[in-house]
Amino acid sequence: MPDSYKLHDVAKRLLAGREYIGVDRIDGPLVFIKNTHAVGYRELVECVDETGRTRPGIVLDTSTDIVVAQLFEGTSGLTMPGTRVRFSGKPLSIGVTRKMLGRVFNGLGHPVDDGPFPVGDVELDVNGKPINPTARVYPRDFIQTGISAIDGMNTLIRGQKLPIFSGNGLPHNELAAQIARQAKIHGAETDFAVVFAAMGVKHDVAQFFIRSFEESGALENVALFLSLADDPSIERLITPRTALTLAEHLAFHHDMHVLVIMTDMSNYCESLREISTIRGEIPSRKGYPGYLYSDLAELYERSGMIKGFKGSITQLPILTMPDDDISHPIPDLTGYITEGQIVFEREMYARNIYPPVAGLPSLSRLMKDGIGEGMTREDHPHLASQLFAAYSYVKDVRNLASVIGEEELTPLDHQYLEFGETFERKFVTQKKDEDRTIEETLDLGWEALSLLPPEELHRVTEEELEKYYGR
Amino acid sequence: MERKKGEYMKERIIGRVKRVNGPVIIAMGITDAMMLELVYVGEIRLVGEIIKLEGDNAVIQVYEDTTGIVPGDNVYGSGMPLSVELGPGLIGTIYDGIQRPLEEIYTISDHFIERGIRLSPLNREKKWHFVPGAIKPGSPVAGGQVIGTVQETISILHKILIPPGMQGDLISLVPEGDYTIDEPVGQVMTQNGEEQVFLMQKWPIRQSRPVKKRLLPGLPLITGQRVLDTLFPVAKGGTVAIPGGFGTGKTITQHAVAKWCNADVIVYIGCGERGNEITDVLTEFPKLVDPRTGASLMTRTILIANTSNMPVSAREASIYTGVTLAEYYRDQGFHVAVMADSTSRWAEALRELSGRMEEMPAEGGFPAYLPTRVAEFYERAGYMDTLSDTKGSVTLIGAVSPPGGDFSEPVTQHTKRFVRCFWSLDRQLANARHYPAISWLDSYSGYLEEVASWWEGEVGTSWSEDRAEIIELLQKEVRLQQVVKLVGPDALPDSQRFIIEVCTLFKNAFLQQNVFDNLDQFSVPLKQLKMLQVILLYWRKGSQLVRGGVTLLKLKRMKVLQDIVKMKMTIANEDTDQIDQLALRLERSFERMESIYA
Repeated sequence: MPDSYKLHDVAKRLLAGREYIGVDRIDGPLVFIKNTHAVGYRELVECVDETGRTRPGIVLDTSTDIVVAQLFEGTSGLTMPGTRVRFSGKPLSIGVTRKMLGRVFNGLGHPVDDGPFPVGDVELDVNGKPINPTARVYPRDFIQTGISAIDGMNTLIRGQKLPIFSGNGLPHNELAAQIARQAKIHGAETDFAVVFAAMGVKHDVAQFFIRSFEESGALENVALFLSLADDPSIERLITPRTALTLAEHLAFHHDMHVLVIMTDMSNYCESLREISTIRGEIPSRKGYPGYLYSDLAELYERSGMIKGFKGSITQLPILTMPDDDISHPIPDLTGYITEGQIVFEREMYARNIYPPVAGLPSLSRLMKDGIGEGMTREDHPHLASQLFAAYSYVKDVRNLASVIGEEELTPLDHQYLEFGETFERKFVTQKKDEDRTIEETLDLGWEALSLLPPEELHRVTEEELEKYYGR
Repeated sequence: MERKKGEYMKERIIGRVKRVNGPVIIAMGITDAMMLELVYVGEIRLVGEIIKLEGDNAVIQVYEDTTGIVPGDNVYGSGMPLSVELGPGLIGTIYDGIQRPLEEIYTISDHFIERGIRLSPLNREKKWHFVPGAIKPGSPVAGGQVIGTVQETISILHKILIPPGMQGDLISLVPEGDYTIDEPVGQVMTQNGEEQVFLMQKWPIRQSRPVKKRLLPGLPLITGQRVLDTLFPVAKGGTVAIPGGFGTGKTITQHAVAKWCNADVIVYIGCGERGNEITDVLTEFPKLVDPRTGASLMTRTILIANTSNMPVSAREASIYTGVTLAEYYRDQGFHVAVMADSTSRWAEALRELSGRMEEMPAEGGFPAYLPTRVAEFYERAGYMDTLSDTKGSVTLIGAVSPPGGDFSEPVTQHTKRFVRCFWSLDRQLANARHYPAISWLDSYSGYLEEVASWWEGEVGTSWSEDRAEIIELLQKEVRLQQVVKLVGPDALPDSQRFIIEVCTLFKNAFLQQNVFDNLDQFSVPLKQLKMLQVILLYWRKGSQLVRGGVTLLKLKRMKVLQDIVKMKMTIANEDTDQIDQLALRLERSFERMESIYA
């Protein structure tokens, strides 16, 4: 090792922890400090204001002349000469322990309930590390959510990341809470935990989830990370990372099956855009930074199952599509990363259908390997495919009917309309506390299909028709 | 973490870190460094590449997460460009974007990918059985020439080539026996003195490997997917783009082609996509059997995985790594198919790096050199006369993920300029679960004429006409459907409604293909053509009868139709004569109908 390096290395260690008084520029959540020692990229920073309050942050850009740090709790009240800055010499990390279950934290992992600060079993970098694809186990365990529109048509698999694409005022919170309450593996006793990350949502939304967990008696298995609408927007950037770091610890250290609910990803992305704009980066679509895809992938890919571990991380991110537009960058990029999506349709909700899961754009990519004989029931794959095909035709018939009038439709098309109605009213619609078994779900599917003549059902086999049609 | 100490020998300090901004590092005090030189940053030795030199500063693109890198850290130069190792042992391996073996990383690290790991891409200890070729010592040799072979897997007889650029007289060749990739197997007297030839050679990823001559593609790449082979065929050595919004089936189509196409070697590049998709390939391919060789599909497949959560800049390198491996096998006379899923992620990596370097953006924030890079990539495909006097090809099949499913965005548009085959995925079809959701209206193939002679010579003489006829029907149907949407089907005469009927039959019986069904997932060309011909028979005879006054209902109710709809799932590839019998039954029912209505 060359001498020059040794000096540099010694200096690095000695200077870490040194405190600087005064910063050179403050812009939104960013502070700029000149003439520092060599500071590491993504190093943890602490800023202390004149009242003694400490705010954590990380280094976004470092060079020999200037360092840019982003503070998670905002910069209001900081003064240029009066702010003291300490660099820690290590990346932002959080101490995690199983004891964090049953507790409420802010986005940085500091408790906001009345309990003590939990002592972590292990300190982990909140940014995580990419999982080696060869170490992954391909997820194929069916999770029964008790919701027909999901179990029957868009099956959730353990280790999957399946977002809910919703809109303002639609019942995504109710559905997420219902999934968290009802989710179970067919005939298996499991160690189950929920990690909940709230980003920029209102107090009552957070309260709704807490109450829902309380009512089901599961609160001691839930860890909540709340960065609410009135918290600094920048804290939202770290909230999902803190939550996922705990989830990884629970899944791959304590062998637990963890369901991570993240809401609302749109708020997260907006914070990202805010930072990017302040830094003067070149925007891509709608002002979002070009790295939005990679940044979201860093979060969503922290799910799945790993060889040699019993636990798993299943992600249920919720996002509200701005103006219900599915081609908006946030749902669009999310859809490219996640393994399917549950899409809500405002029109269905207006017709009093709960859950308003749109039949056609919703999709579960991992469904194919988790259903069928030995997992759900042997007729499930063909039944789901047939329901999709028939429902898709229903949409065409409805369009036609709106042009030429229902009277002009052929008798067969009338049968399809009736099927569509039954499918939406009996199969999709259910109560907010109704927990259907997979058999009930599939039988309801056949009940709807039996309204169509058997020769229309190309995607099911003769044997299945024999066994289930018209029963 | 064990490092190959020997590899540090050539290293020298070329400068120090000045600024860190994500994966882009600026180094200062650079005096002797070259463009595209492979460098290592900091004591943790993160892998990077010099992409810009300016005064005594260099811009370095780092292929790993730069957390903790500090201004003042050393930058080490390797003296060579970013290269891949080429030799036996590539097949069946899974690499990251810069050719690090992920399985080996997993054994020495844990389930997370640690930074700064340097492992040899090829196994250095493994002995390969080398069989020298017929070439005699003393005879002149040149780059690309075969000097012997190694049986790499059951399906691949790996040819050992003189590295391109080497020229001289062969001094000696080792006898048949077992050698590692580091042991010399031959010696060549060149102008620069004696040089050794190994089982392994290196090649920079951004430079295409030389060939003797580019040939015109003429052989179809049979994928077993009916809509592709029959309607939009691609030739070996061709270029294809598969654009489609999320959930339309890009990856499923890529997987299906990788599984069943008749290439000798498959290079599958997972570029910025889901981790579980790679795991899916890893668990599924070893279990599947190649219908041509009877061996596991993994014995012809190389995987490059740079998933979306792995560093962005390695994503940029991954497609070059993949295509270089493909060219190496092409030079041995193999037909190689490269799947790049997805090239949009690669373009986005370019955009991100360009943004970090504060370059002036063009359309959509992408750098102005995007079209040049896209063109350079697709030009590495081709059907070639190789330096080893064989014919080999590289077919490039790139998925494109347009934001919002909008094909007018820059990556789709520029890709469209440089590919000759376009398999457009359609949201409406995917929503109706019509898979593969390849639109028969927007897709096209520029290889029709090139592959027609093969189809007509090998499968059936009427292929071009049959194909043209069904395409025409599909076009007519679209216009008719527009009328139906306005006034309902009853307003159309039976002759036109019959066109809609035939097209519906064609879609259900032929175009839809279930990749998860054992019989349906792969159709041989003969089965494809016969299936098409049965449907055309129904059309030709049926339309005559409709004109003769037979009602549409009668034609729709023909019993044999039920069997025609299911023939894809009931008739195996070997039993295509059963389709002939279906055709006979169809003809007989038509005759009966004719006799009644005559």
